[in-house]
Parts: sequence; C-alpha cells; structure tokens
Amino acid sequence: MLETGTSRVKRGMAEMQKGGVIMDVMNAEQAKIAEAAGATAVMALERVPSDIRAAGGVARMADPTVLEEVMKVVSIPVMAKARIGHYVEARVLEALGADYIDESEVLTPADEVFHIDKREFTVPFVCGAKDLGEALRRIQEGASMMRTKGEPGTGNIVEAVRHMRLITGQIRKVQSLSKDELYAEAKNLGVPYELLLNVHETGKLPVVNFAAGGVATPSDAALMMHLGADGVFVGSGIFKSDNPERFARAIVEATTHYTDYKLIAEVSKNLGAPMKGIEISKLASHERMSDRGW
Amino acid sequence: MAPKIGVLALQGAVAEHIHSLQSAGAEAVPVKRPEELEALDGLVIPGGESTTIGKLMRKYGFIEAIRQFHAQGKPLFGTCAGLIVLAKEIEGGEEAHLGLMDMTVVRNAFGRQRESFETELDIKGIDEPIRAVFIRAPLIGRVGPGVDVLSVYKDEIVAAREGSLLAASFHPELTDDYRLHAYFADMVREAAAAKTQA
Repeated sequence: MLETGTSRVKRGMAEMQKGGVIMDVMNAEQAKIAEAAGATAVMALERVPSDIRAAGGVARMADPTVLEEVMKVVSIPVMAKARIGHYVEARVLEALGADYIDESEVLTPADEVFHIDKREFTVPFVCGAKDLGEALRRIQEGASMMRTKGEPGTGNIVEAVRHMRLITGQIRKVQSLSKDELYAEAKNLGVPYELLLNVHETGKLPVVNFAAGGVATPSDAALMMHLGADGVFVGSGIFKSDNPERFARAIVEATTHYTDYKLIAEVSKNLGAPMKGIEISKLASHERMSDRGW
Repeated sequence: MAPKIGVLALQGAVAEHIHSLQSAGAEAVPVKRPEELEALDGLVIPGGESTTIGKLMRKYGFIEAIRQFHAQGKPLFGTCAGLIVLAKEIEGGEEAHLGLMDMTVVRNAFGRQRESFETELDIKGIDEPIRAVFIRAPLIGRVGPGVDVLSVYKDEIVAAREGSLLAASFHPELTDDYRLHAYFADMVREAAAAKTQA
C-alpha cells in the first residue's frame, strides 16, 4: 500500500535538508544562483523580509507566478510562505506544488488565535519558535520541521541566538526533571505531556530544527550550527549583500565545515559588504516579527 | 570484528545512517575530509540534496578520493541522493558525480514532495518486505549488464547492486529496520576479509 503525507515522509524530507542552507529568492534568476551555490532548497518570495519591513502594510502569500517560475528552473525543493492561520493560502501553495510551506511570522498573521491545522495537509510545514513551548505546540499541530524565529530582515543574529539557546537550555532542563515533574512542566509550557516525555527521553525535538532570522555572514551560520541548529535559513542576507553568488557559496561552506575556522576565514575574505542590518533595540515593539504567533 | 564504515557528512541524513549502521553491528563514523577515508572499510553516501553534496564533493577533493577507495575494492552504499552521486549517467544531461555504477538515474522521478510516499517493498536477498520511504526519490532507468536488480516498484528499479556498489532510491535510514544496513555491513566484512587473505 502506497501512503503519501505520512509523518515519516513529511519529517523525512526535513531530515534530508540537514547540514544545508535554505535561501530566500524572489525570482528564477536568484533561484538559479542559489542552487548553483549549493543551497539545499529555496524559499520563493515576492519580497525578502528586509523589503517587507521597509514597505510596511500587510504582507501576504506571494503571487503564484513567482513560485511557478522558481519551480521551473531548479531541481532542489521549493518552499513558500503562508500567513499564520491562513489555511487557504496554504492550500493554494499545496495545489501549486510547493514542497514545504512556512507558516511564517514574516507575513502579517491572518488569525490571532489559531494556527493552521497542519496535520490535515499532504505537504509538510515548517514553523518558527522562540522557546520550547512554542516549538512543541507547533509540532502538536503537525509541523514537520522547526526553525528559530530570530528577528527576520534585520541582519542581526542576536535574536536567533537567544531563541536557540533558550530552546536547548529548556530541553536540558526537561531532561533533568523526574517523570512525575513532567506533568507540571507540561502545564507550565502549555504543551501535551506525551511530546514533553519524548523530549525528556531523547534530549531533542522530535523534528529537525533550523536557525533562521538574522543570519548575515558565514560566521553567523557557523555560530548557529555550533549552538545546535540542524541547518540554516538565510533570508535577506544573501541577495541584500554586495556579491550574492560568493556570499551564498561562503555560507554553504561555513555551514558544512562549521568547526573549521581556517576554512571559514578563507571563505569570508573579500566578500564585500553584508546587508546593512538593524539594531534590535531600534525596532518598535509592533515592528518585531518574532512577537507574532504564540 | 565489526567493520568500520564511514558516512559522508557534507550534507543530509548523516546521523540516521550512523545510528542504523551501529544498530546493524558496524562501527560508524562521519567523514568530512578525504583523508579520513583511509581508516575505513566501506562508505555510505546518504540522502540529502545531490546538487549540494556533488558540489561539496568536488570542492573538497572527494571525487578522486572515493574513486580510489572504490578501486581498492571497498564497498559503497548510496541512498537517494547517494544513488544519484554513484551513477554513471544522470538523465537530462546533468554531469555525473562519481560515475561509478553502470546505470542511468532519473531525478525526482516520482514527482514533488506531495507525491513522496512510503510502501512495503520486496528486496532480493532480504527475507521479508521492508518499509521503504521515498522522498522526492530518483529511480534507476537503465542498468548495465553487470548490475543485479535487487528491487522493483511498479515496474521501476529502486535498488540495485554492482559488485561492491549498492544503491537504493529510498531511505532505509528513516526506519527502525536495519536489515539493508546489515546487508551492506556484510558486503564490507566480506570485502575486508578477502583483502586480508590476498
């Protein structure tokens, strides 16, 4: 019996991305550059997060032609973003053939109470989280891959570091609890007991966990791998830099060889300017994308 | 003695293969540098993205190093992207990577991710069917005369062996069934024993 959309097939797809770099692209040309540089997947968007910030207003799912155009020119998986809770956008992306859907805080949320019921879909989902409770709630809803929220479009790694450290720290704490203490901890975190028990026993999330939201340099990518990320998403970082092609290649190599500092030094030479970046404290609270979702 | 098997650790499902190999009674280590191949009896090329893995293999001198490893009679096992990397020919004119196994592979042959699936699969040399997970999987379109077809799914070849080369379209590392890894560990053990005798 052939079965599609099983949890093994959906989570397995993310396993195949491990150690890789997933890059935001806005058109076919950028997608080809990303693939040639060694990206393991691309995220097809109308605007990268830093442009979304600059433009303001409501950010929605991209025009389907962007996704179609990108799918035509690359053989690697193509991901796309839907608004939090907007399950029709997600169904549209699934119908178009997107390989993974990011229910993303980069777009303006469509629902302030409910996230998408991701178990109902054949296509797998990736979601962002700031802490362990949020990650496990998304996994309970059917997310097959997680990523830190970070602070997208800032070129500032500080929030991604905060989220990754918090999640791994909370996992260590859960491991150290006795079994009878897990019930209260499940209530504290607002998560199902069974999922927390799984974390207690395995010492990790039940799905792949990438870093995202502020990766701007090869060293940023390597830092996130050190902190326990399974791979990295690079949004505005590549195509907002001076030399996207070299930048993309350098980030791929630094992610593979994240403990080889000589190699990271070598690939970091003469890359030109990375994206300009934003100091987090300069963002007003309504400008912080990581506060979207719960 | 447990055979020592490396898992090419440039990108992809490395930890899962290491776990499966260990569960099948082999010693298993990740391989990030060509010089690490010397101490090994066999090598797994895991699932991941073949374009990424192929690029990084070229960049770090793995193509020649693995060809030499193969020339010494040491077995190689490629799953999914690893199968593509092993093939002599990739349909569509894309440049072959290692170009070792006499077959033509078709990439993403079953469609996009929404068409990815799992199913029961019979494999020659393994008693009961195994649960096979196909993720944006390639298939083997043509095999040369020296290639033994191990498994066929809906008339398409999805596993094959040519001497010391083993290839599967699917992901045995994503299940708790370690029989295909044990099969490969046996190949590695036999090759190592033959070498000691010679």
